This record gives sequence, C-alpha cells and structure tokens, in this order.
Amino acid sequence: MTYVEYKQLSPWQKFTYNFTKTIKALPGGLAKFFKGIGMAIVNFFVGIGKGFKFYGTTFVKGDWATKLSYVIFGFGSFHKGKYYKGILYFLVECLYVLFLIFFGAEQLYWLPTLGIIEQHTEIIDGFPVVVQGQSSMQILLYATLTLVVTLVVFIIYISNIKDAYYHQQLKERGEKPTSLKTDAKEFLDGKYHITLLSFPILMICIFNILPLIFMILIAFTNYNGTDHINLFDWVGFQNFGNLLNVVDSAKKAQTFFGIAGWTLIWAVAATFSNYILGMIVALMINKKGIKLKSVFRTMFVITIAVPQFVSLLLMSQLLAEDGAFNMLLAYFNGGVNPHINFLGGSALTARLTVIIVNCWVGIPYTILSMSGILMNIPEDLYESARIDGASPFKTFTKITLPYMIFVTTPQLITAFVGNINNFNVIFLLTGGNPSNPDYFNAGHTDILVTWLYNLSMGSGVQDYGLASAIGILVFIICATLSLIIYNNSKSMKDEEAFS
Amino acid sequence: MIKSYKFRRHLSNFIIYLILGVMCIIWIMPFVYLVLHSLRLDGGVIDNGALLPKQLTFQHYIDLFAGNAPSGAGKATLYFPQWFTNTFIVACFSCVISTLSVLAVSYTFSRLRFGVRKTLMNIAMILGMFPGFMTMIAMYYLLKIMHLDGTLFALVLCYSCGAGLGFQISKGFFDTIPRALDEAATIDGATKNQIFWKIILPMSKPIVVYTVLTAFIGPWTDFILAKIIMGDDVSKYTVAIGLQKMISAEFRSSYFQQFMAGSVVVAIPITLLFLKMQKYYVGGVTAGGVKG
Repeated sequence: MTYVEYKQLSPWQKFTYNFTKTIKALPGGLAKFFKGIGMAIVNFFVGIGKGFKFYGTTFVKGDWATKLSYVIFGFGSFHKGKYYKGILYFLVECLYVLFLIFFGAEQLYWLPTLGIIEQHTEIIDGFPVVVQGQSSMQILLYATLTLVVTLVVFIIYISNIKDAYYHQQLKERGEKPTSLKTDAKEFLDGKYHITLLSFPILMICIFNILPLIFMILIAFTNYNGTDHINLFDWVGFQNFGNLLNVVDSAKKAQTFFGIAGWTLIWAVAATFSNYILGMIVALMINKKGIKLKSVFRTMFVITIAVPQFVSLLLMSQLLAEDGAFNMLLAYFNGGVNPHINFLGGSALTARLTVIIVNCWVGIPYTILSMSGILMNIPEDLYESARIDGASPFKTFTKITLPYMIFVTTPQLITAFVGNINNFNVIFLLTGGNPSNPDYFNAGHTDILVTWLYNLSMGSGVQDYGLASAIGILVFIICATLSLIIYNNSKSMKDEEAFS
Repeated sequence: MIKSYKFRRHLSNFIIYLILGVMCIIWIMPFVYLVLHSLRLDGGVIDNGALLPKQLTFQHYIDLFAGNAPSGAGKATLYFPQWFTNTFIVACFSCVISTLSVLAVSYTFSRLRFGVRKTLMNIAMILGMFPGFMTMIAMYYLLKIMHLDGTLFALVLCYSCGAGLGFQISKGFFDTIPRALDEAATIDGATKNQIFWKIILPMSKPIVVYTVLTAFIGPWTDFILAKIIMGDDVSKYTVAIGLQKMISAEFRSSYFQQFMAGSVVVAIPITLLFLKMQKYYVGGVTAGGVKG
C-alpha cells in the first residue's frame, strides 16, 4: 500500500490496517525478539573472547611493570607515576584477599552442599553442649555476596590492567600522567556520570540485585518452612517441575494452573472493565456542552489521590458482613440485614466483588489519562463528519473509538501487565479468601503474586523455593509481554497514522 | 428540526449529568462515610444499623493523637502518635536520599553520553519487571545479618535504595529541556556539574517538587515492606501497617473508630498534595506508556 492510498483510508480502515499489520508482524516480532536474545548471548561471548584477547595481547606487549600488575594490582600505574591510582588499586587487592581469607573462601567452600552440620549435642569435658548447626540460608546469602564482590573486584582488576597499559603507552609517547587534581576535576565534567551514578548503583546492587540473585538461586533449592528450615539442598528444576507437572505433584500443579487461570481472567477483566468504562466516563465528561468538567474530574481523581491502602481497607470494611453495604441493602430488604459476606463467602461473589471494586479504584486512572488524549483529537475530523451527515453514534464508532484505541494500545498492555502484578487490590480486599482446601496455601481470589506472598511471608505453610520459582515465572510472562510492546510501540509511533 | 435537535441535545446532556452525578456519588460516598463515621460518637464497628451517625464528636481524633485507648479497651496497645513520628522521620530521610538519586540518575541518562548508558537503562528496565516482593524476604535476611532489622534506619534504606530505578518520569522531563542550553553553557566553559546544578535543576522545579513529594508520600502508603522489617514490634510500625493492625481481628471491635480517624488524618494531606501534582502525574502516565 502506498502512502497516498494509506492517507485516503478512513480512520477506522487505517486502524484495521494497522491492527492487522501488527498482528501479522507479531510472529516476526517474536522471532526477532528471540533472535535478539540469541544475538545478545552471542555478543556476550564474543565480548568475553575479545576480553581474553585483550588480556593476552596486553600481557605480551606490556613491559615488566605492566606484566607485574597482572598479579599485583596497580603496580603498572604506580611505576609510571600515577601514584594515588596505583595505591588505590593495591588497597582493593589487599582488602579483597583479606575478605577471601577471613570470610569469602569458607562460604564458597560450602556453596555446593549448602552446609551439612545440623544442630546437635556434643559431649565436651563430660558435659553435653548444644552445637549450633549451619544455616544454609546464611551460607547462600554470604556466598552470593562473595560472588558479587568478586565480580566487582574482577572489573577493577581489568581496569587496573587497562590503566597500566594506557600509562605505559603514555610514557612511550613521552607524556606525563595527569595529576590527582585534574583527575578530580574530570569527575565533575567528562566523567560526571561516574560521580552521579556510583551511589545509586551501589545502593541498587546491595538492596536490589544481591537479593534478586539470592532469590533466583533459592528457586533451585528446597528451602521451605516445614522440613528444611535451617539446612536445605540444591534440587535443580524441581520447583518448576512441581508447578508444571500435574501428574506427580498434583496439589501444587493444580494450585498453579488454577491460580494462573484466575490471574489471567482477573487481568483481562480488570484491564478491559477499567478501560471501557473509564473511556465512557471520560467521553461523557469531555463531551461538548457539559459544564463543571473539572469538578467531575476532581471527584473521580480523589479516589486515586487517597492512598490505596486507605481506600481499599475502607472498602473491605464497608463490604464486611457487618459493614455498611449490608446495612444499605437492609433498607431495601425491609429492614432485614442480609449479612452477605461479599469478600469471604462463595468464590464467585468474592471474585466478582474484587473485579467491581477494582473498577471503583481503577476507572479514575483511565479517566485521567484519557481526558488528555480526547482533547487532542483533531476537531476537523468531527466537523467534516457532521457535514457529511454522520450521526453522533457513527462519529463515535468511526472517529473517536479508533483514535482512542490506536493511541492507548501501549497503555492497555502496560495496564494488563500491571494487573497481573496487582497485589494491593487482592491483598487488602480479600487477602486471597475464601480459602480453597484443594489449593496449596492459597484461596479462590489469590493471584500469582499474592500466592507468592503467602508462600514466602504470609501465614500458613511456607515454601520459599516454590515462591521464588513463581516469581521467576511471573517475571518471564511480564518481561515477554513488555518487550513485545516495547518493540511494537516504537514501530507504531513511527507510523503516525493519525497525524 | 432545529428545535428537536436542541431538545435532543438537552436531553442527552441531562442524561449525562444524571449518570455522572450518580457515579460521583458512588465514588465519593465511601469517603464521606469514612469522614462521618470517624466523627461518630458511639463506638464499635456498626452504629445500631444506622448509616448516618446520630451524634458527632472529635473524641476519636483526640484519642488517636493523645495515644488514649478507646473506651473499654483498657491500656492503649496501639500507639498512633509513635507511628506518626516514625513515618515522618523515615519519610524525611528517604525523601532526601531518593530525590538526590532519582535526579542524579535521570540527569545522567538524559544528558550524559557514555559507553554503558544503554546497557544500564536496559538493566534498570529488566529489574523493574521482577515482582517486588520476590526480593523482600532476601532483603529482610540481609538487614538481619547487618543487625538492622526492626530499625527505622532499615526502612529508610529500603525505601531509598531502589529509588534510582524510577527515573523515567524525570528523565522524560529533562529530555524536553533544549540541549542548546547545555551547549551554550559548555561553550562558556561550564562543567557538566555546573550545568546540572545551575541550569537544569533551576529549570526543572516542577519535576523536583514532584520527585520530592512522591518520595515523601511513599513511606506513608507502603504496608508490606514495613511489616516484614518490623515484624511484631508495634512501637516501630509506620502509619500504614498500624492502621491495618487496627482492623485486624484482634483489635477491630475496639479500634475501628480510631482506624477511621487515622485514615482521615493520613488521607487528607496526601489527597491535597496529589490534587496539586496531578498534571505531572498525567504527563508521566502518558509518557511512560509510549516510551517504556
């Protein structure tokens, strides 16, 4: 289709054209996505290969001082007159060696077995003494820490070699290394990114990446709160097998598929109910001739503005058996309180209630983001439609709707991913209740992330390995969805169909 | 013809007003209920089947802030003023650290060009996709090993450590500031540091305010992390988990009204702040959707 032909299409046709194009591009996009992952892996290994090459050639080309800095950090830099840098590198090495001797080596030694000594009683000097056993969790955490530190030191090691070689070349050219003062100044200008990023990255490494690696490793162990509290072992992919194998681990797999199904229903229902209803309300508020637009908008926005835990806890109280909602029903029921347990009664009522309350919470978000978009629809589209004699309904289906759907599709998918992870609504409203005896520590309204919470931090049976495995699966689902959107939204943006 | 068209328009407008009015009532009613019943004189969860309170009083607010036990509950076990101070301290500190790291990271990604920029941004995106509480249990053990569990300092650390990952909105704002300004400053001999502090930041007051406020509000609304770190130590609770504690099965019958009052106290300032900030919020939502 040429550009001119494309421009002659009506908005709706443009939309269908783009939509089919997107759908058709999806398999290709997926293939590209996996190819991209493959290429990333290949590039990674190529990068490692290059690193080795650099490592080797530098060693051959380097003088004796540079060669020595392969063993002693910072020797090359120091020898070439870059004293402070050499001393810093050397300090890093000393500290790392001390760290390994007094701490890291032992942790790494126990890493393959995760500890074998249980708490036991020993007879010392004729008296029984309780000897503390090892804690696998602690070993794993410390070993992860050691590995992360080692990685950082390795990066410093490589930069030390680079620095030594750089200064060697500098000397061969007869130049002098820069002074400490100029270097410090450089950190406020050319290397300013290092100054700004070092602190946030350090924090993220300690409190995000380290726990994340730890939890990913936990997914491959049998760490749980019943029979492997202190000591646990590596079990490979058993946790994932338990989740997916319906035959051998019936209960866990049944729970997983049950909850995954409900998560999907929940995400679809929550996303589309919010989207469609929110769009209708936004259209009503933004209709020409409606006054008090900002008042209406503010009324809805208050729901977002009030912290979610307050509005959701309030809702859970209003919907309780002795709550206000039942009293309201009593007025219509001839004064008899029906005592409906909206959130803990039957599975169906609880699920419906959760979806409806989520509308109450979520519609204002849609209104807020849609209002801005609605105001941007070119007015001339409507004018020409009116001149052609289109009814308001026709204008809506032919102009407004296609435009809105086109612009908001990326948001829709982001909302979908958000709803898969929508912990607050479920946790604060029902807490997963009503409980399901056929499920493994989960209830009828639990979604994957609340089940994860139950298994790792909630009351009841705890199974950290399983919880981590669920987390990884949720990550894979969300990451795939997000990456597909990310790749497609760019292409969609470039299309500029509604310009 | 003209008349009927006008009539139809009026009718449709009337219907829309009606629907919007009803919906507004549905949306606002729970909050009206919250405020009214926080002022209700009679204690307990329900007021003898009445939806509207018969007598109003400020007693529950006074009890709340004086740390008095609700009538009939004996000694006060839940101490709201303490929670309020806790949350305030945590919010102040984590606000400072978070704001600094968010602004630093977003300026770096928006303005500075260096080798691993794209890689780091991708890593940040991937990290954001893991379910948040997957790491919480590990975080707890980490803090425990550092002997920080159950302290307010741990909470400050937890709230501010990941802040650097939420750079998208302010980066989007920095991106809109013309680069010509930077270039002009560079020609005049300004370093990147000076550009950041003397040009970009003064021009980004709205986004700085937005970042400060979101960082400040965070601790008031989080209820999972704080609960894990504080465990059963009620005196170290923050407002959010404290209020949740008030309506747990154990305390619900006696503390229900204080819960209502406490919710109002927390919700009002946050609501006002949010209404002030909503224009940035909309920008963030629409920008985030497309840019990813």
